[in-house]
Amino acid sequence: MEANAAKADRRAERAAARRRRDRRGIAIAALSTIVVIGGLAALVLTSAGWPAVRETFFNATVFKESFPDVAKAFWLDIRVFMVVEVAVLALGLIVALVRTSVSPAMFPVRLLAIVYTDIFRGIPTILLVYLVGFGIPALANSGAEGSSSLSWLPTEPVVLGAIALTLSYGAYVSEVYRAGLRSVHPGQRDAALAVGLTERQAMRHVVIPQAVRNVGPPLLNDFISLQKDVALISIIGVTGEAFQVAQIQASSGFNYTPLLCAALLYLAVTIPLARMLDRWDRGRVR
Amino acid sequence: MSGAPVIAIEGVTKAFGDREVLKGIDLEIAEHEAVALIGASGSGKSTLLRCIDLLVDIDDGDILLDGEVVTDPSISAVAVRRKLGFVFQAYNLFPHLNVLDNVTLGLSKGTGMSAAEADESARKMLARFGLEGREKESSSNLSGGQQQRVAIARAFAARPRAMLLDEVTSALDPELVGEVLRAVRDLKEEGVTMLIATHEMSFAREVADRVGFLHEGRLAEVGPPEQVLESPRDPNTQKFLRRLLEAGRA
Repeated sequence: MEANAAKADRRAERAAARRRRDRRGIAIAALSTIVVIGGLAALVLTSAGWPAVRETFFNATVFKESFPDVAKAFWLDIRVFMVVEVAVLALGLIVALVRTSVSPAMFPVRLLAIVYTDIFRGIPTILLVYLVGFGIPALANSGAEGSSSLSWLPTEPVVLGAIALTLSYGAYVSEVYRAGLRSVHPGQRDAALAVGLTERQAMRHVVIPQAVRNVGPPLLNDFISLQKDVALISIIGVTGEAFQVAQIQASSGFNYTPLLCAALLYLAVTIPLARMLDRWDRGRVR
Repeated sequence: MSGAPVIAIEGVTKAFGDREVLKGIDLEIAEHEAVALIGASGSGKSTLLRCIDLLVDIDDGDILLDGEVVTDPSISAVAVRRKLGFVFQAYNLFPHLNVLDNVTLGLSKGTGMSAAEADESARKMLARFGLEGREKESSSNLSGGQQQRVAIARAFAARPRAMLLDEVTSALDPELVGEVLRAVRDLKEEGVTMLIATHEMSFAREVADRVGFLHEGRLAEVGPPEQVLESPRDPNTQKFLRRLLEAGRA
């Protein structure tokens, strides 16, 4: 009996010690956060240049004035992003499937797919946007007035920008998919064939679903990257895009707060995506 | 039906690069017969099974299914595989599908059953192997023994002419081996034709009508279990069984 009581005492003591340790940990973390963040804030806010910085980048009046316009323009970014994303997912998968095919008849297509990924992954996206955005209208307008054989080509800047982004990101995403296809254990294909599926059915019902699942996080990472690169289409004269609107407002008043509005809007999309990515990764490890 | 053997293997050879894995195998498996293949790791047991299911191309010789040469390149491998059931050592369940869909995939896509028919016959098959109520679970929630029983149900669901079992218990924890062997025994009782690569000597003795000892790509000895396992004639079989005995595995 006494021995049991002593055991219970020790158990209670251990629990109390654990609680004390936890409390101390929280207190230390809180204190160090206040000291470090507070110190930094004090340093910045009391520095001689701060009023000028605040005036140029964090001007509340300018913010209130420009935010509605920039936010409205951001809707175009979102739409372009969504359309391009769907196109990229499809193009990337097709290119990856072509590259992993083994049939001899596919050889020329396979070669083209390799050339495509090599070239479009190696060209800066901004250069590609410029090239497509100005190059294709030039082709469409070549030759005598209205008689060009290439006049059917699109000349709408938004469309051209979307095409350029699709070509650039399609090359990246195809490599992500290809890694995914390789990551599926060969035993899965064997099992699919063994239950009587054809090669094509095995690919479609067994290998591709697992490949896509395996590369979810890197795909999402490319989404995040694409979402902010949509701003690049402003360089080929797309009007009403968030960065472009913010830029015009900023340059008219030498106040850069509108750009900050745009930055906040981009972050409002990319940060939740990044958190989703973290959660997804954690879920996979578990 | 005492006609042609279900599976006939005639002088089959297979090399991977310079490594000759099968050096001329001859074996016939009659209707309702269960043949156990024993032999050291790397002796060619798995390769032989994979050759029969046309998952691996043979180099020389012929394999016949119900008297028909299936190793002719003009024969559709898909049609042949639909007549055979294959169970893998590592289960190879489809991790993105639940237990039921693992079984229905081959039924609906492979044999062209309607979704409702496939569903019903898959449920029956799972129930038969003691998996009733687990249909909607993810296969990763199941124990190794349960996963292997799903794999057996999946392979047997389309009522194949023969079952090919590749070391179906070697990836399992010892306490889970029994339930999988019970499932195989159940197939044997129904008279299913089987070729079983195994490390379980006592199981080979119990279930197999004949035992074949594979040594370095050749069938060194084939005969009734009591003969091959109790009084082997081939010196390599004797050595192999002695080593198992020393390890306490026979």
